[in-house]
Order: sequence, then C-alpha cells, then structure tokens
Amino acid sequence: MRNLVLLGTLLAGMLPTLASAAEPDLRGQRLAATCANCHGTNGQTKGNSLPALAGKSQSDLINIMQEYKQGIRSGTVMPQLAKGYSDLEIGLLAQFFAAQKAKE
Amino acid sequence: MQRREFLQHLGAAGLLAGAAGCASIGGQAQPQVVIIGGGYAGATAARYLRIWSEGKIGVTLVEPNTSFISCPLSNLVLGGNLQLSALTMSHQALQTRHGVRVLHTRAKAIDAKARRVQLENGDSLNYERLILAPGIDFMYESLPGLQSAAAQQKILHAWKAGEQTLALRAQLAAMPDGGVYAITVPLAPYRCPPGPYERACQVAHYFKQHKPKSKVLILDANPDVTSKAGLFKKVWAERYKGIVEYQPKFVLADVDVAQQVALSEFGDKVKADVLNVVPPQRAGQLALQAGLANVNQRWCEVDFLSMESKVAPNIHVLGDAIQIAPLMPKSAHMANQHGKICAAAIQDLLAGRAPNPKPVLTNTCYSFISDKEVIHVASVHTWDAEKKTLQTVPGSGGVSTAPTELEGVYAHNWAENIWADTLG
Repeated sequence: MRNLVLLGTLLAGMLPTLASAAEPDLRGQRLAATCANCHGTNGQTKGNSLPALAGKSQSDLINIMQEYKQGIRSGTVMPQLAKGYSDLEIGLLAQFFAAQKAKE
Repeated sequence: MQRREFLQHLGAAGLLAGAAGCASIGGQAQPQVVIIGGGYAGATAARYLRIWSEGKIGVTLVEPNTSFISCPLSNLVLGGNLQLSALTMSHQALQTRHGVRVLHTRAKAIDAKARRVQLENGDSLNYERLILAPGIDFMYESLPGLQSAAAQQKILHAWKAGEQTLALRAQLAAMPDGGVYAITVPLAPYRCPPGPYERACQVAHYFKQHKPKSKVLILDANPDVTSKAGLFKKVWAERYKGIVEYQPKFVLADVDVAQQVALSEFGDKVKADVLNVVPPQRAGQLALQAGLANVNQRWCEVDFLSMESKVAPNIHVLGDAIQIAPLMPKSAHMANQHGKICAAAIQDLLAGRAPNPKPVLTNTCYSFISDKEVIHVASVHTWDAEKKTLQTVPGSGGVSTAPTELEGVYAHNWAENIWADTLG
C-alpha cells in the first residue's frame, strides 16, 4: 500500500508535458469525456452515490485509479475500467479533473 | 430560413447578446454542423461540439420527436417498477444552455454533393459536416405476418421506448395468471445486447409477485445468451425457477398474428398470450436512402478515428446505425461515446488538424434483474493502429460477480449522469 502511494507520487511527478502553445493539448479533456457518462461532464457528478471527480486532488485521483488498476482497491465497475487506461492516460485524467471546478 | 425567423430563433435561444449564435465572427463564417437525430449519439455530439468549440461551431439538431425517451431503464416500466414519465426529457437545454438550434422536423433527403439536407418542413440546411445518428429501423420484410400496421400494433417490439412500452405493459397487466409471455430475440448484432434478457427478468419479477402461475419464454435466435450469459442463466435458474424458460437457436421466420404464434425457421410453433417480437434491425431509413449503409444494406461503416462514413466524405454516422468493431455493443453508453469521438474529430478537422490518433471509448451496461438488483458489463475500447479497428484493452472490462442492490443504486445514478451529459 505504501509502495502504491509512493508510485502515485512518482507518477504525479512525471505528468505529461503540455504540447506547444499553437496546438492545444486536448488529451486530458477528451479522455475525461470517457468518464462523464457516470461521473458527469467534466467530473461534475449528479446524484450522491457515484463520486464527483472535479476539483479532487491530482495525487489522490492517481492513487485511487492505480489501486483499482492493480487490483488493490475493490469495487464493481471501476476495477474493470481502470485496467483499460495507461499510466500516462491516468495522469492526464487526474491533471484534468483536478483543474475543474467542483460545482458548475 | 428567412432572416426574421433566424433572428427570432436566436432570440429564443437567448443568444442575441453573444456572438456565439451569429453566422459570422469577425467577418469569418462560422462553420456549420448539421446533426440528424437527437438520441444519445446525436444529442451528445451536439452538446460537446458547442462546449468544446466554446460556441465557435454552429450546430443545428434535427429531431422530429419533441420528447427524448430513454431506452435504458425502460424495461423497468414493463416490470411495473418505474413510470415512463421518469424517462421522458426534452432537448430544450441544448438550445437554451448551449446554443444548439433544435428543429423539431424530419430530415427528408441528403444531397452529399451540395452538402445540403432537405427538411420535411420545406427548408434546407447547408453544412460543412453532417452527423447522421438515425438509430435503428426494423426489418419487418423478413416477417411476412407483420407487414401491416395493425399487426405491428398487436405484436409489439417495445424496442424504442415510448408508446409501445406502455402498450406492452398494458398487455402484460391484462394477461390472466397462468398465461405465457414470449419474447423473440434476433440474431446479433441488435440494439442493446442484454436488453431482451433484462426484459425477461423484469416480466418474471412481475409474474412472481402478481401472476405466479405464468411463464416467460425467451426464444433466442442466437446459439446462447449474448451478454452476461452466466449471470442471467443463474438468475433464471435460481430466482425465477419454473417461470423463465430459455430456448436458444429459435430463429423467427414468421408470426401468426391472429393465433399469437411464433414460427421458427424449422417449423417450430410457440403460442403465447403476450407475444413480444424484437425484429431484426438495421440502420435508420435515411442512412439506407443516402447510400451510407454499405455493409449488407444494413449498417454504416465508419472510420473509428472520426466516425466519418467510409463511403461519403463529410458525413459522420453515430450510434446504433454503425457497423460495430469486435465486442463493441450497440448501447446508449457507447452512442454517447461515439458523439464525443465525433465532436473531437470535427473540432480537429475544422481546425485543419488530423483527428486524435488514440481515441478511448468506455461502455457500461446495467441490467435490472429485479426491481432493485442489478448486474453490469463494462469494457474499454481503444484504437489498434495495426489492425485498424477498435479493440478492447487486454485485461480490462468484465461483469458483476452477482446481482446487488448497490449496483441498482449505481445504475440509477449512471442514468442521471448520462442524461445530463447528453442533454443537460
């Protein structure tokens, strides 16, 4: 578990560098749209049972996704979906959601 | 459209104050995207095109229905566990919040050369890019007994949520205890792979409580249950023992409407008090008419990086109408994801960039096996450059271990979020 948190911190440290100013880096925004069906547009979730992602800490989001991906954290859908994202993609998602306002 | 009418429309959309709805910004024409079909795919594409372009892409959505009625969760109406009104929404927020022009009329024809859509109301719309999200139509020509409108109103599909859902619910409510409900399942691919099996559970749940001597027969053209097979079969064997009977390889050849008999291609006859035929399906009529359904005159082949038709440049096809990649279901969740891949690609193409070379799509389908308990199937799909198609990511995806009420809560919350993400 401690190793995982360390891994998360490490991954947070190697966050993807942004593309040049001329070409906007839309990768995080677009990947985040794959989460929106359950977690709301830009991670602003409706209802009380599925966790909101907008405005959460970047390192927490990475840690949680990595725990799901590695089978350490139990769940229903998320352990299965998290395995579909690369470490780079998880980093991009966390960076995007952390930068969103918690509520619209 | 007349200028006065256009201005009125802008006023209605609350856009007169901003530049977003104007035909030009700083002298440059605003690119126009026309979307035909306001279901999960088309509405999502409309909403995301406006959000991601920050209002710089003009979007017109053509949808004849003034209501959006969700197919997901509509089996609960058949089980008596939800009202159809809870699934009925409007496209209004797309217009008022996002500046989409919503036109409640039917698209009559597509002139791909002139990049123009002819509307039933006499107007026409020019486009830079067209998105066609026509949903499915039923192949009634393969079922001689179901040619007439009267036959189709008696032997229901209820595979597009709305009037037919209510009518089928009424047939089930009127059926005496000891009766038989039979549902026929077409060969895959069809809309909503787990849908027929969820429906069987919903009807069985209703019978168990209110008409315990009644039976549910699943007459499946496929060799086995096409989705969540182990879970569904366990539920039928345990919870609905003596109620649900599953028959594979029953390919429906015809229906005797007067006798309420389903006839298989091998001459088997099954009589039912309530006969529910889910017919074989293909892309919506306009896709066929426009020559876009290039796979067996049934489904529309697209480039998955942009959702652009393989046979018609500048026309993108979304949702249940497309020829799917392996393990890619025709589902509402997936249709919503198509909408976003397409919105992103159009944003790139209009900016002179190549579309994202590594798109990711997710799918989650929840099925209610009772009024509260739910099972899911989930998957992640990404572009395989070598095989030039979408593939599921190795090791990802899966199904529930067992039905739970917790997943029932998640399923309702999923619905709330996908509705907001599509229409809100």
